[in-house]
Amino acid sequence: MKNIKFLIIGVVFGIILSKSEVVSWYRIYEMFKFQSFHMFGIIGSAVAVSMIFMQLFKKGTIKNYLGENIPVKDKKKGLIRTLVGGTIFGLGWALAGACPGPMFVLVGHGITAILIVILGATLGAFIYGLLSKKLPH
Amino acid sequence: MEFISQPWAWYVAGPMIAIILLLMNYFGRGFGVSSNLETFCTIGGAGKVSDYFKKDWKSQTWSLLFVVGIIVGGYISSHYLMTSEPIVLNSETVSELAELGFANAGQSYVPSEIFSIDNILSLKGFAILIGAGFMVGFGARYAGGCTSGHAITGLSSLQMPSLLAVIGFFAGGLIMTWFLIPIIF
Repeated sequence: MKNIKFLIIGVVFGIILSKSEVVSWYRIYEMFKFQSFHMFGIIGSAVAVSMIFMQLFKKGTIKNYLGENIPVKDKKKGLIRTLVGGTIFGLGWALAGACPGPMFVLVGHGITAILIVILGATLGAFIYGLLSKKLPH
Repeated sequence: MEFISQPWAWYVAGPMIAIILLLMNYFGRGFGVSSNLETFCTIGGAGKVSDYFKKDWKSQTWSLLFVVGIIVGGYISSHYLMTSEPIVLNSETVSELAELGFANAGQSYVPSEIFSIDNILSLKGFAILIGAGFMVGFGARYAGGCTSGHAITGLSSLQMPSLLAVIGFFAGGLIMTWFLIPIIF
């Protein structure tokens, strides 16, 4: 049960996303309409503070629980995959009003219809897997 | 206790999300959610159809538990940590949405115009839900990550692919919100 800590971290993450209203469809709409600073503030400050952590990982100031340096994995490169994939993701994000994390939070809120969205997302991942060798990256 | 029941400001939530990233990395894992969608496919037997899904899903148990935790976190918040106060949206947002047919914006977390049970049962409503999900899942895996993996982890570690992906996220989101949502609804 050494993985139980990830469950606990997930609980905290779910509470943060709920309490800050990130899981609200309306907040996402408002963000894309530039009618509120709320979401930009959350993402911006999350990135800013994470940037400090990343530097401390790199310098070895913060080590992992085994006392080893924390490696930061390189993201897969590719102009088409990031721009086209990203745009398709953005279309879905704005329509569903939820990215993958908030989708699961909404399950906990008892929103039945979000299960259809998660089914769609799983189907999307499945179709990507089937086509991954044929798609340009 | 008041802090718990009030909505949390951006400057509380943002740094707390960064601490989630810190904890995941401290325990030897990355911060990301969308790869679980592939794990669901593997568990569902997708490995029989494509080698892409031929993985040992048990090695992803930590990530699946993270997702279970997120659901539990949502349950705990909605049952014990919420006020019934509406979400304080920009009044312009509320009136614009009213014009599009979304009544009472902010009174609940999600609009009943999309997420009501009636919508699951109507063809258009179902298509919107499953289509939106499809784009999120397909797009996230094509791009190699979602908001947590690209926007938070990737941008903070100054990775070019993540900057491009986030530009895509916003391009898609702006197109949907400004042009397509008014057509769909």
